[in-house]
Amino acid sequence: MNSLIPLFVIIPLATAFLIPIIGKITNYFAKTITPIILLALSILSISFLFYGKHESYIIGGWQPVENIPIAIYLVLDGFSCLVLCITSLIGFLVSFYSISYIKKYTSENNFYALFCLMIAGMNGVVLSGDIFNLFVFLEISVIASYALVAFGVGKNELEASFKYQVLGNIASFLILFSIALLYWQTKTLNIADISKVLQNYDNSIFLTFTQIILITGFGLKAAIIPFHAWLPDAHSSAPSPISAMLSGVLIKAVGVYVLVRLFFNMFVFTYEIGVLVAVLGTLSMIVGSLLAINQWDIKRLLAYSSISQIGYIMIGFGIGMMILTKGGEASIAVLAIAGSLFHMVNHSVFKGLLFLGAGAIEFRTNTRDMSQLGGLSENMPITSTTSLGASMSISGIPPFNGFFSKLIIIIAAIQGKFYLLALLAVIVSIITLAYFLKFQKSVFYGKNKNYKNIKEVPFAMSFSMIILVILCIGLSVLAIPSIREVILDQAVSSLINMDHYINLVIQY
Amino acid sequence: MIVYILCFILFLVGLYGLITRRNLIKIVISLSIMEFSIFILLVLIGYIDGGIAPIIPENVTNPTYVDPLPQAMVLTAIVIGLATTAMLMAIAIRLYRKYRTFDIRDIKNLKG
Repeated sequence: MNSLIPLFVIIPLATAFLIPIIGKITNYFAKTITPIILLALSILSISFLFYGKHESYIIGGWQPVENIPIAIYLVLDGFSCLVLCITSLIGFLVSFYSISYIKKYTSENNFYALFCLMIAGMNGVVLSGDIFNLFVFLEISVIASYALVAFGVGKNELEASFKYQVLGNIASFLILFSIALLYWQTKTLNIADISKVLQNYDNSIFLTFTQIILITGFGLKAAIIPFHAWLPDAHSSAPSPISAMLSGVLIKAVGVYVLVRLFFNMFVFTYEIGVLVAVLGTLSMIVGSLLAINQWDIKRLLAYSSISQIGYIMIGFGIGMMILTKGGEASIAVLAIAGSLFHMVNHSVFKGLLFLGAGAIEFRTNTRDMSQLGGLSENMPITSTTSLGASMSISGIPPFNGFFSKLIIIIAAIQGKFYLLALLAVIVSIITLAYFLKFQKSVFYGKNKNYKNIKEVPFAMSFSMIILVILCIGLSVLAIPSIREVILDQAVSSLINMDHYINLVIQY
Repeated sequence: MIVYILCFILFLVGLYGLITRRNLIKIVISLSIMEFSIFILLVLIGYIDGGIAPIIPENVTNPTYVDPLPQAMVLTAIVIGLATTAMLMAIAIRLYRKYRTFDIRDIKNLKG
């Protein structure tokens, strides 16, 4: 048992408990240890990604009895490795950014402790191979995020947190309910074992019911359109680094990741489920972007655009599912799913950067109202340039990464003969460009009315933003086929080949 | 069968309360009711007619045990439920200090 996988959960969890204790003695512990551990974890996960290391770890060493797994498994395959990279890397940059940003709040130690707890929960969700354990980790990360949303303890923050908690709790009940239903029918909790049982299972009405409940539960966590009501409030009220984490990582790690993992590796998905996912994705893409146009609060605009971008990710998976079930060409499905994964990575980079930029503006001017701002590009050149890069990336302008991932999804849609979806994706991309032009124009260009004497943000904040904008351009290389094969196609193949995941857990 | 229906009715009671009540504390209570209906369902899934607690007794051959795994799951879920309820209550009390009321009709700065 010389596996390094449990470190992804243990290290952040231990740090979260150490920070309040050691933080009483020295003030510097929390802000130095958090970026250091997250940097270490991101190096570890990137090395796993390049070596293509796929393995499982048995907690407690309880070996399977008669090929039935009885212990809790942590499973690392291509897909979970990709998501681990996002969590650790964005987590590192955000925690480094927070060193300067969080000075305006009083209890820095609590902030970092909750932050580490959230990271531990998300890593646990991504690694867990057991649905009940996944639920426990999910609750750890979302309870930490409830507290972090309310961290400013102002009127808006508390109200947003309460709303988020009520909807989040309903989502958790639905998830627990579906876990109960699955256990009832299969008498096991291990994802690989459930998928083995479900392969010879024919009560399709019951299965469809469970799948719908699961989509509702995780759809609430991922803020797909009919379930999106909490997201604009929660993401705009949280402190900016946390908004970057919530929008960039949390809705993917606990929402999209789990949906995709369960539908590809646990259930035998049907054509109808593919249609449902694609329709939900299209709805959130269109409605999210239309709602974003009219926002004058920077962070609300970004939050609505998150809903819209999650739609793109869901569409790619939906197209992949539809093609795979109808027996179409597998290569198109692979392209669609790879495009989705690529967009997932890209979205966490540029949306993280945009929220950090919004945080930088708020840090200096104390306002988020776009109509009050203007002409900041002279005073804050770094923030202005990085935000411009991220805006161009999210609206799909080459050579930024957002262009390539959208292009891959659209090409896959055209090749799979989903012309309407491709057209809608292009139109929504233009709408995205429109509202990001509005954001750029009213914040960084035009006439500086009220804020003549502000300075650029401190080093820690500008450093994170510069690294992220370099990533925005650098990640474009993932579009090159030979590099895509190494990184993205590993994740895709571990999703499409059901046996790959099962073999990691149950050695026949 | 009747137990499952009662469990479902408990869930609906919680949902009704969540939708119709205007008081923050009552919303939290409704959420707890919904939560516990799901816990009861989990326990019911593990129940076997005439089963005994899963402890090996002396002098009894081949006893019928109830399934212990859902019970362990419910214990974990109750602990999580405690954390979420405590968090909700803490936020509700903070909201009361800011607004001097528990009525959600007066707490509407954000538009969703």
